[in-house]
Amino acid sequence: MNLSKQINPLDRVTNAHRVNPAKPISFKFDGKTYVGCEGDTLASALLANDVTVVGRSFKLHRPRGLMSAGIEESNALIQLESGSGYDEPNARATLIPLYEGLNAKGQNSWPNVNRDVFSVLSLFHRMFPASFYYKSMMWPSWHFYEGLVRKMAGLGKLPELPDKQHYEKQNIHCDVLICGGGASGLAATLALAHTDKKVLLVDAQEEFGGSLLGENRSIGSQSGLEWVENTLSQLQAAPNVTMLSRTMISGYYDQNFLVGSQRVTNHLGRSNENKKIRERLLRIRAEHVVLATGAIERPLVFPNNDRPGIMLASGVQCYLNRYGVKAGQRAVVVCNNDNAYRVAFDMANAGVDVAALIDTRASVNGPFQSKIKEMGIPLYAGTMIRKVHGRRKVKAVSIAAHNGDGHLGKTIKTIECDLVAMSAGWTPTIHLYSQAGGQLSFNDELKCFVPNRCDQNISVIGAANGRFHLEECLTDGLHVVPKTLGTTVNPELNISACDEFAEEPSEAYWYTKNENSEKQWLDFQYDVKVSDIELANRENFLSIEHVKRFTTNGMSVDQGKTSNVNALAVMAELCGKKIEQVGTTKFRPPYHPVTIGAFAGRDIRENYSPRLEMPAHQWHVANGAHMEDMGGWQRPEYYLQSGEAEEDAIRREVLAVRHSVGMFDGSPLGKIEVKGPDAAAFLNRIYVNNVESLKTGFARYGLMCNENGVVMDDGVFVRLSDDHFLLHTTSSGASRISLWMEEWLQCEWPNLQVVICNATTQWANVTVSGPKARDVVALLASDIDFSRESFPHMQVRIGTVNGVDARVLRASFTGEISYEISVPARYGQGLWEAIYKAGEAYGITPYGIESLLVLRTEKGYLHIGVDTDGTTNPLDLGWGRAIAKKEVDFIGRRSLSRPNDTRDDRFQFVGIEVVNPSDSLPVGGHFVNSANPIIPVKTMGYVTSSYYSPNLDKCIGLGLVEGASARAGEETFVYSNGKTIAVKLVQPSHFDSKGERLNG
Amino acid sequence: MLRINCPFCGIRDEEEFDCGGEAHVTRPENPANLSDDEWSHYLFNKVNTKGILLERWRHTYGCRQWFNMARHTVSHEIIEIYPMGSFPSFNGMNVENVVKEVEA
Repeated sequence: MNLSKQINPLDRVTNAHRVNPAKPISFKFDGKTYVGCEGDTLASALLANDVTVVGRSFKLHRPRGLMSAGIEESNALIQLESGSGYDEPNARATLIPLYEGLNAKGQNSWPNVNRDVFSVLSLFHRMFPASFYYKSMMWPSWHFYEGLVRKMAGLGKLPELPDKQHYEKQNIHCDVLICGGGASGLAATLALAHTDKKVLLVDAQEEFGGSLLGENRSIGSQSGLEWVENTLSQLQAAPNVTMLSRTMISGYYDQNFLVGSQRVTNHLGRSNENKKIRERLLRIRAEHVVLATGAIERPLVFPNNDRPGIMLASGVQCYLNRYGVKAGQRAVVVCNNDNAYRVAFDMANAGVDVAALIDTRASVNGPFQSKIKEMGIPLYAGTMIRKVHGRRKVKAVSIAAHNGDGHLGKTIKTIECDLVAMSAGWTPTIHLYSQAGGQLSFNDELKCFVPNRCDQNISVIGAANGRFHLEECLTDGLHVVPKTLGTTVNPELNISACDEFAEEPSEAYWYTKNENSEKQWLDFQYDVKVSDIELANRENFLSIEHVKRFTTNGMSVDQGKTSNVNALAVMAELCGKKIEQVGTTKFRPPYHPVTIGAFAGRDIRENYSPRLEMPAHQWHVANGAHMEDMGGWQRPEYYLQSGEAEEDAIRREVLAVRHSVGMFDGSPLGKIEVKGPDAAAFLNRIYVNNVESLKTGFARYGLMCNENGVVMDDGVFVRLSDDHFLLHTTSSGASRISLWMEEWLQCEWPNLQVVICNATTQWANVTVSGPKARDVVALLASDIDFSRESFPHMQVRIGTVNGVDARVLRASFTGEISYEISVPARYGQGLWEAIYKAGEAYGITPYGIESLLVLRTEKGYLHIGVDTDGTTNPLDLGWGRAIAKKEVDFIGRRSLSRPNDTRDDRFQFVGIEVVNPSDSLPVGGHFVNSANPIIPVKTMGYVTSSYYSPNLDKCIGLGLVEGASARAGEETFVYSNGKTIAVKLVQPSHFDSKGERLNG
Repeated sequence: MLRINCPFCGIRDEEEFDCGGEAHVTRPENPANLSDDEWSHYLFNKVNTKGILLERWRHTYGCRQWFNMARHTVSHEIIEIYPMGSFPSFNGMNVENVVKEVEA
């Protein structure tokens, strides 16, 4: 028999519901041009053009045809608008409305899906069972295989160009959110129209109607389609109802917070070049949520059930009725339930030759069977497909007697066909219910999981609740929903009689037990077969969550929409349990992938996070500063003069500070004011140091620990008056530390009379540092005496500088004489310019963060979070003696006396010198005991900071090293990237270790 | 995402708040007198109830004030919000026992 046909893709079944063949649309797939028509999806247009291979499976590169017509599609994943800035990988062809000029490519294949060289892999399928990579890719090491595997892995390709499209986010509040605009969802909305409830109805498809769009049903005297149209026109008139189609709810979170994405202009494709929003992320808070999410059909599991031409019966029906496309010329229907018979009716009525109805159930004799016989379709009750003929497209099926429980007899007949419509029953779409925290129970009669109990304000109606019949869907929507919500049931909304007939009970047919399990597909996308579940069972995986991860069943892009229940059932059969004992895996957001752009919305590039600029920002930019984002602040790293490279600039700045004078913008330095009668007592508990003994006008360097004894922050704190302190924290720690102190005050010590204010951004700070610093500040207009005698190191003065209120602190992070001058932020640039002018005679040099880090490393000053890690305690920093002198408790003190905190071999803070001056010291390099360590080797600590010191003309560093406090002067080795260098452990301060220069 | 009724600002989304862990964990008066076991109990051992848990929260992106919350850790229902330094008043829970359990 010759089933080939002359293709006219516009020759559609008459009375197709939703396409207009008079309006052709041309598009490209894998480089070839085709034509579809208005109302088509990419999938229906490909099917109309008889394109049978639309994708390749992930692991074995098996040729795959369309499997469904909806969101559950696991074969037809395509790359949309590749390389245009409008790319979308892993798009389901079934969900893409056709538009003029659409350009799609098949994925996971080379050169194309039709002729894929990687299909050779399927010959070796026995080498690739579940999790083969964990067992086989170990010798010599994973890295040996990594390159190849990375190239082969993944389905779609990440777009390489920036996304040219625009996204936004919207918050929505409503009384009732109805998810799903099929029969039950529309009915529920109708029941709530013209009530005082604010109702939002969303549906993921291009238009409302759900499965009614693809079926031939009647509701009272109307057809299903007419009912949809009439209902929609009534809803449009209801002022309390908002309807959003093309809107996918992907996540259901606590207290009825849901996230959806609305595809605003996706259906326009690349023609949307006028910057209209492409997708909108909806953040919805609903008082009550009604899930009317329908159900998804399950594939039957038999050998080679993944061949192109084998489709879900509901998909075949939808292509036929909705798009007017016959998926084949000669079809067989194979099922274990009565519902699939309707597909045979529709096909026969449309002129498709239905060669057989293969029903696994032996004794069935209800209205559906009578009608099949009436229509002259051969019914093979108690049989099942045993063998599929044809590789790139099904050519025939061999059937055998079904002896019950998945066991087949010998082939009794071979039936030629080019289409197999299969149905193993329906699975309610309960993903959102599960995300909401809902528990499921297994319904033995329906052979599926149905909602059971949920703590959120939620109801599930229609097929999503296992109520598959149309009349049940309408009843749920029109009557059950208003009762649940306490609104009155509209007496005019009767349940019209639908074309329902008594159904014979369906039968469990989970897989074909006495046929080759290596050829029976469960997860089509990831090539998970019955044999993989068998392997998991043999390897003693008991939890279904483990089975899922071992076999990857349900982990592909479709997240197991068609494969989940089949895999559970196979597992249950294999270990002799009931399905409910095996349980389900937990569904997590997203139900369907959401474009990353939609999550980002407008929060991209300069809008990504607030940008903090220092008061003198303009000056820095105008004077060659190389700016870098540091903890949100834009800060100069160094100032480039013409012809300079980065290293030259840093060297020049460092030498200027050591030999003359430099100026630094320290405005982001954390400044927290602490005031109140109990301020000193409070800070005494906060700081490792003794605070109460500090005199007014004096400053002290302090450390803070958390309760676990780990160093959190450091800085100089100042006593401005008896009850008023100013705390300097690290620039990145200001906000964190002030919140942390607030927590102690509010939660633990509410009786202390203290207020805290984070004044960091209120004050600009200019630090003048260097041997000539005093000469420069003396030139400023000020009432403060800057002389050596009256203003020593570690003291503070309050007065005016340059005509404005100022606080001047003598503290130093460079090791040179330093004046940290703070003025209200709005005078910051003025102060900066005044100091620059005053310093001109001394060649004052602005220096950036990078230069400061060189200077402080030379001095061995600690940089918290760089030279310390999440285990470093004050003892590791050599503070043991200072702590012993403090008599009272402070936060974290008790932890410091635990055995682990006092071990001799802890990683302790130390200075590092290279033995050979030409070596450079790698940050992150690990200390080892030998010049030729045998890797892997136990680390003895690591290098935390390392710089070339222009003053010492060699590389110096700091680090955390095992037992370092007792190892001063010892030589050891640092290993990094295959290279070992000799180093010497020294005291942290590499330069002026007595600190004489501080006082000048 | 929870909706939290800040006692000072009113109902806001969870993203404005930070959870500070279990409430009623009192810092020992004299840590130096505690054994290592007692100190580690204070630091690390929490009730972590499957059921109603007493927590402290901060309205970080609002008034920055701390308050206590009784929250069901399975249903995420917020049963009560009450000030720092006080105990919840709802029925069905022996708060003193909970506090003792934390301190034990």
